[in-house]
Amino acid sequence: MRVRFRVAIAALLLLVPACSAGSTATVGGGESTLAVGFSAEPKNFDFTTTDGSAIPQALLYNVYEGLVKLDGSGRIVPLLAKSWTISPDRLRYDFRLHEGVSFSNGAPFTAEDVKFSIERVRTEWTVSLKSAMDVVDHVEVVGPAHARVVLNRPSNSWLFSMAGRVGAMFSRTGVSDLASKPVGTGPYLVADRRRGEEIVLRENPDYWGEDPAYDAVHLKYYADPTALNNALLSNGIDVISAIAAPDSVPQFEADERFQVSQGTTNGEVVLAFNNARPPLDDLRVRRALTMAIDREALLATAMAGRGTLIGSMVPPTDPWYEDLSGYYPHDPDRARALLAAAGATDLSLRLRIPNLPYAMSSAQVITSQLAEVGVQVTIEPLDFPAVWLQSVFTDHDYDLSIIQHVEARDITTFGDPDYYWGYDNPRVRELLTEADSGTPEQRIATMREVARTITADAAACWLFLFPNVVAAKKKVTGLVRNQVSESFDLTGLT
Amino acid sequence: MIGAVLRRGTIFLASVLAASIVIFLCMAVLPGDPAQVALGVNATPELVQRTRQEFGLDRPLLTQYLDWMGGLAGGDFGRSYVTGQPIGPQLADRLGVTLWLVGAGMLVALLLALPLGILAAVRHRRPSGTVVTGLAQLGVAVPAFLAGIILVQVFAVRLGWLPSGGWTPPVRDPVEWLRGLVLPAISLGLVQGAVLTRYVRSAVLDVLGEDYLRTARAKGLRPGQALVRHGLRNAAVPVVTVLGLQLATLLVGAVVVERVFVLPGLGSMLLDAVSARDLLAVQGIVLVLVVGVLLVNFAVDLLYTVLDPRLRRS
Repeated sequence: MRVRFRVAIAALLLLVPACSAGSTATVGGGESTLAVGFSAEPKNFDFTTTDGSAIPQALLYNVYEGLVKLDGSGRIVPLLAKSWTISPDRLRYDFRLHEGVSFSNGAPFTAEDVKFSIERVRTEWTVSLKSAMDVVDHVEVVGPAHARVVLNRPSNSWLFSMAGRVGAMFSRTGVSDLASKPVGTGPYLVADRRRGEEIVLRENPDYWGEDPAYDAVHLKYYADPTALNNALLSNGIDVISAIAAPDSVPQFEADERFQVSQGTTNGEVVLAFNNARPPLDDLRVRRALTMAIDREALLATAMAGRGTLIGSMVPPTDPWYEDLSGYYPHDPDRARALLAAAGATDLSLRLRIPNLPYAMSSAQVITSQLAEVGVQVTIEPLDFPAVWLQSVFTDHDYDLSIIQHVEARDITTFGDPDYYWGYDNPRVRELLTEADSGTPEQRIATMREVARTITADAAACWLFLFPNVVAAKKKVTGLVRNQVSESFDLTGLT
Repeated sequence: MIGAVLRRGTIFLASVLAASIVIFLCMAVLPGDPAQVALGVNATPELVQRTRQEFGLDRPLLTQYLDWMGGLAGGDFGRSYVTGQPIGPQLADRLGVTLWLVGAGMLVALLLALPLGILAAVRHRRPSGTVVTGLAQLGVAVPAFLAGIILVQVFAVRLGWLPSGGWTPPVRDPVEWLRGLVLPAISLGLVQGAVLTRYVRSAVLDVLGEDYLRTARAKGLRPGQALVRHGLRNAAVPVVTVLGLQLATLLVGAVVVERVFVLPGLGSMLLDAVSARDLLAVQGIVLVLVVGVLLVNFAVDLLYTVLDPRLRRS
């Protein structure tokens, strides 16, 4: 025992020279290593059966590639497909593929794999996103580098989905253990995984495209936002992928070692109304609540002014965006009058929110603003995800809730009467179907009408669009400003 | 001696069994459906139902419990609902990190508490003794996570001497491993050290007033010699008791400290598993923690009999 004690003390002393070495380099120390900090860790590597944004964030475009991808401004651009043509009836998509592409297990990538990957979505995937492939009738292999996808009805959203995880291309010989061994065509391979810590991506030596800027990228995971910030401040990482607490941004802005960029996301932070239940089934009440909330003040208080005001379920990177944030101006007097007209002068509502920072701080502002028009609000924080999912999302047991909706183009949820909004408007459903099958120009006009309709109906109160705040060391360049795709895209780094 | 071991061994096993039942029942009443959480927001009810069947969540509680215990008897902790991977190997990995942390925390605590506690006792009438006692009082009031946050701000963020978090396995890079362990071990050990200092002080004070020490002094030993030869072994009995209890709080403290320092130990695994409703994983982790605490108590009981021959007869 005593011997071990001495060894331990000797070991502690060993530290002294290491400590005095001063500030140390990050992981590896090599010039072409990058460490990026994230807040949510992937549960495994299989996004075909495991939901959540963390897996595609790490793997899409970096390890897996699709035929097309989304660029930073939300445009669909070529990836594994060099080009594509769409038949006049908009049912046939002909993709010309890059040649000489191979998967990380050595198998060549051909049109057979396109057929395999697309058909596999319907048979093997279990996540809800798989429904994006319902419009596919069949896939034809015209030649090794020519795949034809035939839809059963025209769909504008299908190609967009193909830029997300459902469009990822899998190897016919590389799907046996997706949860731990991803096989893709991308510029990086998964080299190591230490649960609770990091995923190490290493450059794919046989990559068909341009070599990535870094030989190795360490994706490090920090459940605690303060720990994530400290890691950048103390040289443990080079980039914070997204800052969740805006109060912490000034310390990076004030420090000349760092650069901070702010862009937009697809994350609408919504004050959800239970449209299906009194008193919020009354349009006057929903409008009153919407006008009682000063969203500008809320954004300033809850998010330190970072974020974008939106008046509907549409982020500025969608083609049918228009600024509806002024549709219901802040007007407590009108709100009180509307409530009186609805006979709801003595309202008391349950605001059941996930125990997440943005929801907690927004809830407090909303509670005090609604109190000014005589609406009593009780905040009930619910453990996220488990309890919130069960009570609010599944059981619809709530009056008001606040949550960030991160899926791209999730305005379509207002066409689903069973969704937790409880919003049932046949006209919106019709418009959504029309928009998907109409020409691209018609689509934009029709989607605008959807957005205006749900706004006029005050189907929810859109508080703000979550900002994409990225802090990084000055030497890191080429980071995407807007987070529009599902991927944390490492391929644009220079 | 053998009888005592057998008796305490039986109590140990019965406690583990009782704990397993309590843990299992707690999981059963926890709100939130594991299948729904695993599948995410847009899963259809049919898919959730199918997944519940796959997980075996639709079976009677007794069947689920017996199934779990049956697996455990064979060393199988089951498969995680969330990752689909076996829980056992991951638990073992994480346990390794936590043991290092708890061990290093205990070491820091002892290195602080033994000299300071004895000093405070021997000089209890002098200002230096009062200062040490006062500092210990202050140290008890500081939670481990706060100590951790302050240490990170000073030594990692401002001075940049040590990493703010993260874990390097000792086999990969021993120096980096030690550097990563210093701050968490100190934040965990400071509080425990402060608590322990007070116990060491009062145990030594008690011993100082005993007749046998006076006898030793009368034989011509200097106060220090008398304390080292005759006093410390006697003072060790109450201190070992407290040490055993402290180990349990150290494990709890480790859960928080792991979060602050991003260490992939049992504590952070537990927090993740709870929020993801990965019930099998939670059950496994909590059971391992409970067994750890019970083992420590078992060991402390045995240690008594070694330290104090009078207890062997009872």
